[in-house]
Amino acid sequence: MLDDGPLIPRNRALHPNPFDPGYKTSVARSPHLPLLAMDSSASEETGPTFGHGQLGALDNNLILNWTRGAAPAIGERIVMHGRVLDERGRGVPHTLVEVWQANAGGRYRHKKDGYLAPLDPNFGGCGRTLTDAEGRYQFLTIRPGAYPWPNRGNDWRPMHIHISVFGHSFGQRLITQMYFEGDPLIPLCPIAATVKDRAQLERLVSPLDMANSKPLDYLAYKFDIVLRGRRQSVFENKPEGV
Amino acid sequence: MIQTLDMLAETASQTAGPYVHIGLMPSYTGNGQIYDLELGQSPISDGASGEIIEITGSVYDGMGLAMRDALIESWQPDARGRFAGQDGADPKVTGFCRFAADATSGEFILRTIKPGPVALRDGRMQAPHISLWIVARGINIGLQTRIYFEDEDNSGDPLLARIEQPLRVETLVAKKTDAGQYRFDIRLQGDGETVFLDI
Repeated sequence: MLDDGPLIPRNRALHPNPFDPGYKTSVARSPHLPLLAMDSSASEETGPTFGHGQLGALDNNLILNWTRGAAPAIGERIVMHGRVLDERGRGVPHTLVEVWQANAGGRYRHKKDGYLAPLDPNFGGCGRTLTDAEGRYQFLTIRPGAYPWPNRGNDWRPMHIHISVFGHSFGQRLITQMYFEGDPLIPLCPIAATVKDRAQLERLVSPLDMANSKPLDYLAYKFDIVLRGRRQSVFENKPEGV
Repeated sequence: MIQTLDMLAETASQTAGPYVHIGLMPSYTGNGQIYDLELGQSPISDGASGEIIEITGSVYDGMGLAMRDALIESWQPDARGRFAGQDGADPKVTGFCRFAADATSGEFILRTIKPGPVALRDGRMQAPHISLWIVARGINIGLQTRIYFEDEDNSGDPLLARIEQPLRVETLVAKKTDAGQYRFDIRLQGDGETVFLDI
């Protein structure tokens, strides 16, 4: 059966509420009126594609990509890996996955980050890759540090890596964050807490994956990402009323 | 015990945060050296068929402040309504662009070609439009909307026809300010709140 029908409507209860007073910035940046729902069309079902020819050999190696291989970044060496799947559990092949993160001290290489922790001259903080034929991806990076941010009196972000995924449809577009198993800051974080469904929040926490760690080199953390799927179209493609 | 559906739940969204440019537009924050080629710099290349247009606007928060950290992605077909990868599509139109609000003024500019109309499954035509996806600090799940054009016939568009309050249709229609120039402001909340989509 083909999955070439419209995108499966989003279950918004599985996502953060756009308006969440615990995350203060969301208060003035959240729509108050209802969203307009409609079956998807080609405008949402198609999407940009990217090829290996557009990426560089070190793009998924955050330890080396900032210096083009000249000197490694400081920090706890990790591999972040997993699969991009759709709601039917099928791997999403050849899709772009992008990540960005703070350095080992919790500082971003961004003109607006003025945290006390120093920049690492050997760390840029972003990477990208294409999934393989089964939807697998991996990045070599350093574990980012936790850092404080202005929200309530003393809020800290748990260690996290931002992830952006395309899928094959513009309507599948998703940005999320990966947290690390055992981080005591996760239950204290107002941004993590925007996800009200407990199982959904736990699915943002990557487990330590010793089987994929490399002795004397790096630890591994596994993080799978699920994108929206498509309806099966046996009874689609008919004019209205037929 | 009834049968199970064997479906997975979509991964929960999280805000793109204040430093989203590092990941998606590294040159915006002075990190352009990291990649040989930054993706999404333009939706068209030289020789694309169609009318070249520029759309200028701002993203305003609920207090009317132009957001200087918003990042937008756009997706559109070529001048005949064909998306990249479809048969006969204009090879000079990738259709995908990333652009950010200026760090000082908060204004964005999208330079592209006017898209062609795209049909629904049932054959009804949609008026020419560009799909947008907006992320920023404080936006917990990316916001979908569309740009339509005031100098096109939007009267039969199925999506615009579903908007309950006709006044709100205007929030999706770019205003022509000069030849090839349009203005499209996005208001996240409050007076003139943009119609956001769940498609």
